[in-house]
Amino acid sequence: MDVNTLTWTVLLLPLLVATAILLGLKRWSGLSALLSTGSAFITLVCCALLAGAGEGETKSFPWIDLGAHFRVDIGFLVDNLSRGMMLIVTSVGFLVHLFSIAYMKDDQGKSRYFAGLSLFMFSMTGIVLSDNFVMMFIFWELVGVSSYILIGHWYEKESAADAAKKAFLTNRIGDFGFMIGILLVWILTGSIFFEEIEAAVGGITNMTLLNAAMLCVFCGAIGKSAQLPLHVWLPDAMEGPTPVSALIHAATMVAAGVFMLARVIFLIEATEFAAHFIAWTGAVTALVAALMALQQNDIKRILAYSTLSQLGYMVMAQGIGTPAGSDAGMFHLYTHAFFKALLFLGSGAVIYACHHQQDIWKMGGLRRKMPITFWTFALGTAALIAVPFTSGFWSKELILEEALHEGLTGPYVLAIIVAFLTPFYMTRLVIVAFFGKGRTDDADHAREVGPVMWIPLALLAFMAVFSAYKPITEPLLASGYGSFSHLVEHFGLTAILSLLGLVVGVAGAFLLYRGRDRDPVHIPLFARRFYLDELYIGLVRLFQDGVAAFLDIVDRYIVDPLVARLPALSAMAAGQILRVFQIGNVQVYAYFFGAAVLALVFYLIL
Amino acid sequence: MESALTLNHFLLVSGILFAIGLAGVLLRRNLIVIFMCLELMLSAANLTLVAFSRFRLEDGQPTYDGHVLLFFIITVAAAEVAVGLAIIVALFRSRETTDVTKVNTMKY
Repeated sequence: MDVNTLTWTVLLLPLLVATAILLGLKRWSGLSALLSTGSAFITLVCCALLAGAGEGETKSFPWIDLGAHFRVDIGFLVDNLSRGMMLIVTSVGFLVHLFSIAYMKDDQGKSRYFAGLSLFMFSMTGIVLSDNFVMMFIFWELVGVSSYILIGHWYEKESAADAAKKAFLTNRIGDFGFMIGILLVWILTGSIFFEEIEAAVGGITNMTLLNAAMLCVFCGAIGKSAQLPLHVWLPDAMEGPTPVSALIHAATMVAAGVFMLARVIFLIEATEFAAHFIAWTGAVTALVAALMALQQNDIKRILAYSTLSQLGYMVMAQGIGTPAGSDAGMFHLYTHAFFKALLFLGSGAVIYACHHQQDIWKMGGLRRKMPITFWTFALGTAALIAVPFTSGFWSKELILEEALHEGLTGPYVLAIIVAFLTPFYMTRLVIVAFFGKGRTDDADHAREVGPVMWIPLALLAFMAVFSAYKPITEPLLASGYGSFSHLVEHFGLTAILSLLGLVVGVAGAFLLYRGRDRDPVHIPLFARRFYLDELYIGLVRLFQDGVAAFLDIVDRYIVDPLVARLPALSAMAAGQILRVFQIGNVQVYAYFFGAAVLALVFYLIL
Repeated sequence: MESALTLNHFLLVSGILFAIGLAGVLLRRNLIVIFMCLELMLSAANLTLVAFSRFRLEDGQPTYDGHVLLFFIITVAAAEVAVGLAIIVALFRSRETTDVTKVNTMKY
């Protein structure tokens, strides 16, 4: 098969499946699950073939054509970046589909769930493969929709419905900026196609506008990749089914913001202020999220905050503003997708085994009862906290190394602090949940999950450890990703600091949490997430109340008198006058009638 | 044959008839009488129509279009009378009176 057929298949097959399930197959949930998983497998194969197929022409068709100035295509940009990203999306996607078959076995809305997953795969493919901003934006919104559907899968639960709404609305704020950014870029370069923009970016003289455009585009990434200050939706999104958290809210969709930044890295390169802003945003997000993660008790929330933190790393890497930095960020995205999906699926297995118990203080001792889950989870943790020679180690070092090399000292320092915090809170999670003895009946009765669940875990665990090594990266990911050999040559400050962070973090958490049944440390500021949610709710309330009060005055004193009371009053007055003539005698009416006719004749003739 | 009757004579009779009818409608209390006076007014109008038609000369000849029209009006008027009388009968059945001053409940 040629590149064109493969690309179109990858894009349209999941859509076809989602449509088929929603329109006709809803009743046969087993068949829906099978179809959806099958389509995920086929797209994975197609992407693998695509990675090996090399260059090739793809057909695109014009969608909106307004002459020379504005044209939107549905078209593809198949290069190393998109091929690599597609492999991540489809491979993690397939494993999550597989895991879901077991996890969602007895769910009422199983068909709906799998239709949502397929819809998501379609939308994500569209983002990754699109060759222009507008098409990307449309699919950008589509992943938002599928994320909304999947977070709110258990919509009868109020918290899930609220979380879905929150995720969608928060994303809309960022997307609004993104849309303005796309328009600004179009004003500057006269094109929305990435390749044409890249060619035109050298000729731009209005640097202020370019910075503004880039910042607006970055707004989209802030929303989708949950950076400060729009990060609040991601932890709440954990209300969705755990496989969804693994696929959408850890591995792929939240990485779309990073991917988009990597796609327009030439714009970031051309700006200075915007680039610094992006780097600082990423670094601050990484730090703040890590601090919040220290005091969370819900296993999925801890992972959610660690996702935020790692996304901060990736965004920071894009903000370095060099191709090498961008590659480092994408490399981290690639390794992170595997080990974070692993951690989430592992937590899913734990939650499943503990009868939907998510509080780590109500688990404990799971190491012996669920050995496979424990060991895979431990490998994922090792990759996340950057134990040397695991995949996460290489990619994180690469980002830090690159940031230092480009002189971004501030973000670098913040990132190093995060490197101390990450091992601490992840070790805390593992010790509390898996070591010691069971603290509740749920934990005591936990049993190892079945093979449909642990096979994906094992595969992901393999990838978590080895995905950074050349035999795997080379055929899958072309230039850039594998270029970390210089790390070994420059074994210096960064490596020493992060190794120190690892040792201090793990040892600290080990000493502090070993054998504890309750959290010995209590820092309300972190546990309450810096009170940011409360602040937002307060702000919204204040703003909303203000607007409401203003509108109330307008309504009460302007609209009501003018629109309601005045017509009512005039109608009533007219009625009062006219009722005088209603005296009930038919001859008087006849007299009025005759008099009126006479008056009319008089008026018309004279 | 020299006719002494001119258009004005007809119009005068018609006007008197109409005035009598109007006075009856406005002043009499018995509904049936009012109704008859109403018919009188209609007849006055018809008389005017026929008179104008008769005295309109086309190429020196009188035309009779109005007369034809009149037959239609009379026919329709007959139907209208039937309806009117039916209403009066219905009214008498419910109120046992045809005095219009007694039929005055619909007022403010």
